[in-house]
Amino acid sequence: MVCAVEFRSRDIISIKDFTRQEIDYILETAKAMEPLAKSGSDMLRGKLLATLFFEPSTRTMLSFESAMHRLGGSAIGFSEPGVSSVKKGENLADTVRVVESYADILVLRHPLEGAARLAAEFASVPIINAGSGAEEHPTQALLDLYTMVKEKDAIDGLNVALVGDLRYGRTVHSLSYALSNYKVRLFLISPESLRMRREVLETVKGKMKVVEKTALEEVISELDVLYVTRIQKERFPDPAEYAKVKGVYKIDLNLLKDAKKDLIILHPLPRVDEIAPEVDTTPHARYFQQVWNGIVTRMALLALILEATE
Amino acid sequence: MPKKTLYVAKIRNGTVIDHITAGHAMDVAKILGIAGRTNGGIVTIAMNVASKKLGKKDMVKIEGRELNPDEVDKIALLAPHASINIIRNYEVIEKKEVKLPRVLKGIIKCANPACISNSDEPVQPKFYVESEEPLSVKCHYCGYIMEKQDILKQF
Ligand SMILES: [Zn+2]
Repeated sequence: MVCAVEFRSRDIISIKDFTRQEIDYILETAKAMEPLAKSGSDMLRGKLLATLFFEPSTRTMLSFESAMHRLGGSAIGFSEPGVSSVKKGENLADTVRVVESYADILVLRHPLEGAARLAAEFASVPIINAGSGAEEHPTQALLDLYTMVKEKDAIDGLNVALVGDLRYGRTVHSLSYALSNYKVRLFLISPESLRMRREVLETVKGKMKVVEKTALEEVISELDVLYVTRIQKERFPDPAEYAKVKGVYKIDLNLLKDAKKDLIILHPLPRVDEIAPEVDTTPHARYFQQVWNGIVTRMALLALILEATE
Repeated sequence: MPKKTLYVAKIRNGTVIDHITAGHAMDVAKILGIAGRTNGGIVTIAMNVASKKLGKKDMVKIEGRELNPDEVDKIALLAPHASINIIRNYEVIEKKEVKLPRVLKGIIKCANPACISNSDEPVQPKFYVESEEPLSVKCHYCGYIMEKQDILKQF
């Protein structure tokens, strides 16, 4: 049996560090946070969260700050405008050892892979990984799972497709690891050049059914969850490579005419043009609900790590 | 006289690396920084020598040099069956089998350019050996998996 005390002062570095029972416990805690998110709470009064964003992401930062404030805590932080400033400043190990005196918990976004693991080795306060380069984004995976549970009641038995940039997209890496704890069929849909990373595939393949494909229309009718990601220009070393794959997936009403009635479409946002605006008003669209789910999931994590409520 | 001296002459002081997987003598020379252009002692490389244990094996003899533990670990990455004989005055004074540790610290770098361990941080690169043959190691920080080819490029 999992209990709250296991989460006290724990780092959230990789979703791989969590068992299915632990993930389920976090999702149940998130559900319990729904009313508190609306009414407000003083559960974390006097606690301070610091956001260290070495790569800009206003919405992830706002989501953590909102979660902290709704639990009665406070938030401080900084956001660096771009990657280049990281190189000029002090190293991450030093930054973490300074900032930990300012706060009870640190939320880190960094352009380099493995950054959160390194930070946790130097920090004496808990670290939450809010995105480490193209590697992982574990709290996004948790809110994605929470959305699936909320919309579909259970994750076991679902056919889930991850579409877009599976090579550089950190959210799909964390989500694949997370889903491998459940009995799902996972379709990985991407251009050849953006296939799922090897280290992810090797970890998840033995644990669930995985099908790699290029054409989304071949599987659309089988899906319960369609998870769409943006193909991010800035992650491509070569602009010519980006030009080749830009806009290859377009989710519109025409594609969705073959979909199950209760298919849900998720997206970590922001989107560019991969989901047509005409889809927003269909019952499939759940990407704006995900934003709310992100707040309650992050409230659950903060409450568990800082408070260890039962 | 033992038969193998027909292939490779005895050395007075130095190291004999024996039982190298056939075909990997040049890789071993490479990771030890033996390029043939430096002012070191005599280096003798033998390839495809008959071996009871391996069928065929390679050998590298280095005059005037004893290997340090990091170098021994590097050899273990490429030639997991190798044995190392330290020679002083024509006698084998120490014989050891190489053994690849489960965790490698500091001796190789992560091949992922976006890995935090390649930036200016006060940490040593660290890898977990997932498989010895074929070699595959996983970065402690970013999770990147490296194979023999990725590692050879570093030396
Ligand atoms: Zn690495």
